[in-house]
Amino acid sequence: MLGDGAAEIVVIDPDDEHVYQPGLLFVPFGKAEPDSLTRPRHRQFRRGIAFRQAAVDRVDLDGNKVLLADGTSAGYDVLVIATGARLLPEETDGLTGPGWLERVFTFYTLDGAVALRRALAEFDGGRLAVAVMDMPVKCPVAPLEFCFLADAYFRERGIRDKVDLTYVTPLDGAFTKPVCNRQLSGLLKDKGVGVITEFNTGEVDGAGRRLVSYDGREVGFDLAVVIPLHGGQSYVERSPGLGDELGFVPVDQQTLQSKARPNVFVIGDAADIPTSKAGSVAHFEGEVVARNVTRYLAGEPLDAVFDGHTNCFIESGSGKALLIDFNYDTEPLTGRFPGRIGLPLLRQSRLNHLGKLAFGWLYWHVLLPGREIPAVGSRMPAAGKHLPSASR
Amino acid sequence: MPTVTYAGTQVTVNDEGFFTDPAQWREDIAPLIARQEGITELTERHWQVIKFMRHEYDTKGSGPTVRVLGKTSGVSVKELYQLFPHGPAKEAAKIAGIPKPRGCV
Repeated sequence: MLGDGAAEIVVIDPDDEHVYQPGLLFVPFGKAEPDSLTRPRHRQFRRGIAFRQAAVDRVDLDGNKVLLADGTSAGYDVLVIATGARLLPEETDGLTGPGWLERVFTFYTLDGAVALRRALAEFDGGRLAVAVMDMPVKCPVAPLEFCFLADAYFRERGIRDKVDLTYVTPLDGAFTKPVCNRQLSGLLKDKGVGVITEFNTGEVDGAGRRLVSYDGREVGFDLAVVIPLHGGQSYVERSPGLGDELGFVPVDQQTLQSKARPNVFVIGDAADIPTSKAGSVAHFEGEVVARNVTRYLAGEPLDAVFDGHTNCFIESGSGKALLIDFNYDTEPLTGRFPGRIGLPLLRQSRLNHLGKLAFGWLYWHVLLPGREIPAVGSRMPAAGKHLPSASR
Repeated sequence: MPTVTYAGTQVTVNDEGFFTDPAQWREDIAPLIARQEGITELTERHWQVIKFMRHEYDTKGSGPTVRVLGKTSGVSVKELYQLFPHGPAKEAAKIAGIPKPRGCV
């Protein structure tokens, strides 16, 4: 393997502001302040890691270099793509037209979340539609959490009976995995949230206050909170052979090595793997990518394997939350995490809510600096889960 | 697994009627599945999508989503819905004899 100082690490990013994205969900409800969610990017790196602030024009895979927008370039022995997903609101007809940021909002950006806070404060009744345009989206449970928090928010304001909360999804249920779908569907029902499934939004008509699906159905609204279409970064599209039709980068699901070139690896939302686009996935992938990059540079076969491990707190309102933990093969199940003594899985509890709040601190002080959370490893733990006999 | 007989050939399908073994599919089976879905005639445009679905499955191991179909099949999302009114990705996958496209979660 490689000795200390054998590798030089350069991080390239167009800006120097890192946003704590899990916090965006709380901004519209006044439970997180925008200023508290961003920190300088360069301050998060360990000593010895260089930061170069520049936008990427494209990657020259044959020349092993990243061409930057300022006309310069950066060569590499190994490239790790960690550029995430991009919101594409302009790809849905009408979404950014009349009504955008007046009665149609998204909380997936800091500006959007702040604007939505004002709109929610002024909202005194009518239908609030929460609509996912299409998969994949970052943190697929966040729109459901938004519904749960909105229910609690309007209750606190004493106007819940004047608000019709409706969740609109292209999927055939609240969540695709059966056990979790039952649990979350039950929770939506308990909280009086209507659910419209298999609704593929073709147009957002802000002036007419309605969502129109490709198959001609309509959902009216007074206020709409949408999760726009997602794609990879535009430089991926400008880099021949790198990405797929949505701009995500195809990789080996286990080693996270790109299919484009052996010296290109991908971590996080930028990859095309069948997991949630979630921070926990990027965290668990970190160990695998770091080891495989090291092995690759040392000329040794890759041996670290990612199992698809995903772990999400689901805020359910009124100071409670659920926790789900799953991977490529095992759907979210009941039980406890990370072992028989631990946080309850797939069940509302105050403990999980405290876990979600504590996570903000862990994020900045443990996860970003690359430290380990005790007892929480890269691979999904089976101990503590109620596994059906047929499951692996 | 339930089995269904199309044109004298017995095929295995899942609870929702999707083929579990795409190798059991033949072109002369497609119109029979389509009729069950309420599509009485498969036009050239239908076939363009069906063949594209088969090709995508063969090369990538899963069927494309509606959005990817709209970007890559040469048929717009609007027209896809006209051709396969019950949801193009699912309905075309069923007629093309490939498994249900997985939702990305």
